[in-house]
Amino acid sequence: MNGARAILESLRREGVDVVFGYPGGSVIPLYDALYDFEIDHILTRHEQGAVHAADGYARASGKVGVCIATSGPGATNLTTGIANAYLDSVPLVAITGQVRTNLIGTDAFQEADIHGITLPIVKHSYLVKNAADLPSVLHEAFYIARTGRPGPVVVDVPVDLTIADVEYDPDAAQTIDLPGYRPTVKGHPKQIKAAAQAIAEAERPVIFAGGGVISAGGAEQLRELAFYAHIPVTTSLTGIGSFPEDNEELSLGMLGMHGTRYANYAVTNCDLILGVGVRFDDRVTGRISAFAPSAKVVHIDVDPAEISKNVAVDIPIVGDAKRVLGDLLAQLKKHELSPERHLPWMRQVADWKKSHPMTVRPEEDGEIMPEFVVKTISEITKGEAIICTEVGQNQMWAAQYSQITRPRHFISSGGLGTMGFGFPASIGAKIARPDATVIDIAGDGSFQMNIQELGTAMNYHIPVKVVILNNQYLGMVRQWQDLFWNKRYSSTCIACQPDFVKVAEAYGAQGFRATRADEVEEVLRTAFASDEPAVIDVRVKREANVWPMVPAGGAIDQMLGEGDR
Amino acid sequence: MKHTLSVLVENKPGVLNRISGLFARRGFNIDSLAVGETEDPKYSRMTITVDGQDQPLEQVTKQLHKLINVIKITDLDPATSVDRELALVKVKASADNRSEIMQIVEIFRAKIIDVSKTMLVIEVTGTREKVVAIMKLLRPFGIVELVRTGRVAMSRGTELT
Repeated sequence: MNGARAILESLRREGVDVVFGYPGGSVIPLYDALYDFEIDHILTRHEQGAVHAADGYARASGKVGVCIATSGPGATNLTTGIANAYLDSVPLVAITGQVRTNLIGTDAFQEADIHGITLPIVKHSYLVKNAADLPSVLHEAFYIARTGRPGPVVVDVPVDLTIADVEYDPDAAQTIDLPGYRPTVKGHPKQIKAAAQAIAEAERPVIFAGGGVISAGGAEQLRELAFYAHIPVTTSLTGIGSFPEDNEELSLGMLGMHGTRYANYAVTNCDLILGVGVRFDDRVTGRISAFAPSAKVVHIDVDPAEISKNVAVDIPIVGDAKRVLGDLLAQLKKHELSPERHLPWMRQVADWKKSHPMTVRPEEDGEIMPEFVVKTISEITKGEAIICTEVGQNQMWAAQYSQITRPRHFISSGGLGTMGFGFPASIGAKIARPDATVIDIAGDGSFQMNIQELGTAMNYHIPVKVVILNNQYLGMVRQWQDLFWNKRYSSTCIACQPDFVKVAEAYGAQGFRATRADEVEEVLRTAFASDEPAVIDVRVKREANVWPMVPAGGAIDQMLGEGDR
Repeated sequence: MKHTLSVLVENKPGVLNRISGLFARRGFNIDSLAVGETEDPKYSRMTITVDGQDQPLEQVTKQLHKLINVIKITDLDPATSVDRELALVKVKASADNRSEIMQIVEIFRAKIIDVSKTMLVIEVTGTREKVVAIMKLLRPFGIVELVRTGRVAMSRGTELT
């Protein structure tokens, strides 16, 4: 077989059934091989759409997402999506075409050093020089992408390799020999014992769960542990779904800059924080010196470099979150914990929840409140939809009010904060989970960044629903300008915008609009009930802000609320 | 404080780029770097000297460990390791002062490896301090050109680096 076919054969053996991509000169042989191969190809309308769709597919399915782009601009258009997957630890294999081997380094047509360009934003990368290496490189790439702390792997393939003869020996190709890569899976028993002891002794414990719990498939173990030890759980943005948010007693919702007050108060006042699959990012910790100041910190993470990177850790446990949580629970069961042991703390937490509830009003001054739209979506879909988000205010409202109860049902660009991520990601998620209702909660700014993917949704009939919280502003920046820059709305007003209903219709999708609060539910129900891709333009209060908010660099228990201008 | 890191890596293209890029991204300046194949040609060893004064090296070594091609990292303790670097110095030498230079070369157990009418090329091997010391003595004669390798280092005794 030729190199192109060998690449696809490797993909097939890795269990890939769909890839996202965009053809070009250097990948014509690869696309030729795809033409009658058993792997589906989704042609997006921009390479950025392809990489985000592969990302959304990976997050919704737990499998490795695959995208393909040609050399030069095709490859460079993937970079944002690769960085996005890197920061959120999403398993991704990006296959890029490259100019033929003897032209590399000559500034040939559509040549870009994508291997060099992506070095700081990949888990690993390859520039393949020999066609014979293609199968083993591809299998290695998948192995690296999905194991340990998952991440993106770039495989750059010069076009001449894809037409060269390659022998595909499945046994040899799938033998992984990486002496420098041995992720730790099992946590150290001594550390787990120490953690169990500390948890048993804690009077004011809190669990802080992150995306690592979800990527390890450890949500079940987390729930068991939290229930058994009776410990409240807060999550990071990417950790949403790792713990059922409808659990009245134990769920504290999201932590950090736009987290709930009760989560921020609980963490600030706790005497033990059990961080699982988190990296204590600055949006979560606020001012480090004021973060959980009196807490003993237990940190479970598969990546040793995360231990004590931002927050000093007392009991580190390096290992796979699922495995370690299971072992920790077994260890905790030896302690016979009674729920009464920290009754005052649980009462305190309940008090905070009661006195600072996350409530919504349908409207204000006749304008629809964006939180109300999110809440309505959650109610209509009974919390069972996969919610994707764009980035900015829409993302924070979605995080605060979606009430996600299951892992892989909240898909959002956490680390990189990539506007334009949500819509293509929702397309990928819908392909991974055709049975699920998939909704992209969008802003009018973000949606316009990858609006062309309506073409993809129509092309393959992928009935995702884009709900635009349309305030005609780049709302999050406008909010900062409002609060900290004397309302000088520099370049954040984007009132000049297309008629989104007509745009949807022009693509052949359905378009809806809601301008009054009493229309919202019915419009959403109608849009969600149809089997077509739909865009729902909801005109929300233009200058609504996301509350509560911790000003950048502040202590997380010092939150601004609506009255604190 | 200066650290000498001995980093065992897979002998593959691009590895040096990954490692040097990582130091730069994490805000470390590499003082010197020496790379060469090991006894097993599948692996290379890099000896990297960095200044760990401003921020602890721990984070950067952890990040280095994450690179797929990195096998092992040792932060060598000067007390239990030996290190050498090599320098080539082109120095002005007239008939009058040539013997004086030769004396210095002899004292430092350096070598003259090229002679011309007006210049000498001297090879010095030793610790960084020794190289610095001979430079200081040669400078008055007029150093025209200086080329230095990075430091290479190894654990003492039977310990493996």
